[in-house]
Amino acid sequence: MTETLFEKIWNSHVVVERENEPSLIYIDRHLVHEVTSPQAFDGLRLNNRQVRRPDLTIATIDHNVPTTDRSLPMIDETSSTQINTLEKNCKDFGIKLFGINDPNQGIVHVIGPQLGITLPGSTIVCGDSHTSTQGAFGAFAFGIGTSEVEHTLATQTLWLEKPKTFEILATGKRRNSFAVTSKDIILSIIKEIGTDGGAGHVLEYRGDAISDLSMEQRMTICNMSIEAGSRAGLIAPDEKAFDYINNREYTPKNYEQLVDTWKDNLMSDTNAKFDKSFTIDVEKIEPQVSWGTNPAMVSDVTGTIPTPEEYGQSNEIQIASAKKALDYMNLEPETPIVEIPIDRVFIGSCTNARLEDLKDAAKIVKGKTVNPDVNAMIVPGSQMVKYEAEKLGLDKIFKDANFEWRESGCSMCLGMNPDILKPGERCASTSNRNFEGRQGSGGRTHLVSPVMAAAAAITGHFVDVREWS
Amino acid sequence: MELKLESFSKVTSIITPFDKANVDTDQIIPKQFLKLITKTGYGKFLFYDWRFDHDGKPKNDFILNNTLYEDSKILVTNENFGCGSSREHAVWALKDFGFNVIISPSFADIFYSNCFKNGVLPIILDIEKINKLLQFEDEVEIDLNSQKISLSDEFIDFDIDSHRKIRLLKGLDDIDLTLKEDEKIEKFENDSSIVSIF
Repeated sequence: MTETLFEKIWNSHVVVERENEPSLIYIDRHLVHEVTSPQAFDGLRLNNRQVRRPDLTIATIDHNVPTTDRSLPMIDETSSTQINTLEKNCKDFGIKLFGINDPNQGIVHVIGPQLGITLPGSTIVCGDSHTSTQGAFGAFAFGIGTSEVEHTLATQTLWLEKPKTFEILATGKRRNSFAVTSKDIILSIIKEIGTDGGAGHVLEYRGDAISDLSMEQRMTICNMSIEAGSRAGLIAPDEKAFDYINNREYTPKNYEQLVDTWKDNLMSDTNAKFDKSFTIDVEKIEPQVSWGTNPAMVSDVTGTIPTPEEYGQSNEIQIASAKKALDYMNLEPETPIVEIPIDRVFIGSCTNARLEDLKDAAKIVKGKTVNPDVNAMIVPGSQMVKYEAEKLGLDKIFKDANFEWRESGCSMCLGMNPDILKPGERCASTSNRNFEGRQGSGGRTHLVSPVMAAAAAITGHFVDVREWS
Repeated sequence: MELKLESFSKVTSIITPFDKANVDTDQIIPKQFLKLITKTGYGKFLFYDWRFDHDGKPKNDFILNNTLYEDSKILVTNENFGCGSSREHAVWALKDFGFNVIISPSFADIFYSNCFKNGVLPIILDIEKINKLLQFEDEVEIDLNSQKISLSDEFIDFDIDSHRKIRLLKGLDDIDLTLKEDEKIEKFENDSSIVSIF
């Protein structure tokens, strides 16, 4: 019988299976952060339970950490309490913590791969929906709630109903592989299949247009799988994936042997059946800009803001959503995307703040200056990314152009720390969600790629980055 | 000590009609309220940016500020409810506010799963039935055991996974149940080549 990659990973992790019941699935990697874990550790204490496998568990502090000078005391007491709580929990339960001053601190989904902790063929969970990022290595990586964090800590397993499989076939070749990025590919996919198109499914991204991407670009795609409503997204690992995790701080000692096993097993069989399939031709994809309040409300950069009727077609609910979104975003239908002025630029997040993202943004910025009406900031995805970028002199390029250069963390992707939009401010953001108030109450978010965000910072409005000189 | 959830049986109340699609968990509980380290006390922050203006005053036109619905335990909403962030705080806030049942044509996967962990019943119904409930102004009774919603003169049946139903009815703790499988977990660990991080 033929199997998809996801089915192979699932089948090799089943601990208990009974007819018409969820299966008990073993978890190979559990990543923990400060926001969704305190109640889970409390639950363990109340019931006198231990962490079953501290050797498969790591923690970091990313969501509410300040991105300014870390030698200063934290102003926000509640954030500080949450951070201290994680430090205490990790100490009490014997979990390795990459803490606030650790050179390996960073956004949890960035440091997993960067440290060689994320492995092909494994099951990976974290109390954060963007855990799907790590599916780029051919892992079943998915977000869980706090109750499941507690369950994983106590048992290293989870009860799951087997998701269905959804093939996303990306064909063709991007016409401009610098200006049209993997962010534009995934936004185009979500625009087509919708924010609940992948519900109950695990997406497998396949095709030449996916193989063509670097690992960091693939992570951007898998990261946003959750924005299409799917449980996870993954890509069959190849030489690029194996090379990426080689020689990292926590690369397994039997790496060579593991690669041999991965090569033999981690791909969907020829003729494997997917429950659903969708094909996209990347040759037709332009740089994308979101205009609304969910990640399916996206337009080509050469396009205009749609009317609610154009967006919703004959679906009353969608038409109403678009009207509400345009009202919130303070945008008029038929406005050209390139005429939308912006106040803020955020280059950061688990979606787009790895080294390649910063290198590409720096190419746009080099020798230019941020528009005087715009406040622009760069928040590297991890302290290691920051260090590597500084070694290449990227920080100097950004600072010379009047970008703020920050310490790493989730920052203004969700605005749990002081990095937030003021009410009414409009932001070009490389993050993943343009929900109402996501980056600050009353703030207006436009999702774009790092190169589109960088170009918008310079000009003060969106531009077609294919024409950048 | 076994920490068990309250068992779930019947809920009787009027419906809060909340006819919105793609309601994300950032709306249900905005991020500034995720910094607590407890599971309780989130109800006052539910839908904060929709309920209150920038000065923290209640918005009169928002349905949850309408006193007619203040004792309602049932939220009826539209497709893809609970999408976005995995934050379980969204369910804690809805429950703390007083909602024990949420009815929608579809839920986001993680939110749906989080509901069961906290004794909240998510019910999936087709859009015609949702539209009927959105219009229905009298009390309804929801019986999990018989899987029926009783309106004044008719019933609406609903489906639910039998395994989840039993756990909810009995208020079973998942971890207790899993620890009964400990031998199997140990066998899996011995038989598989699990790669330690360190």
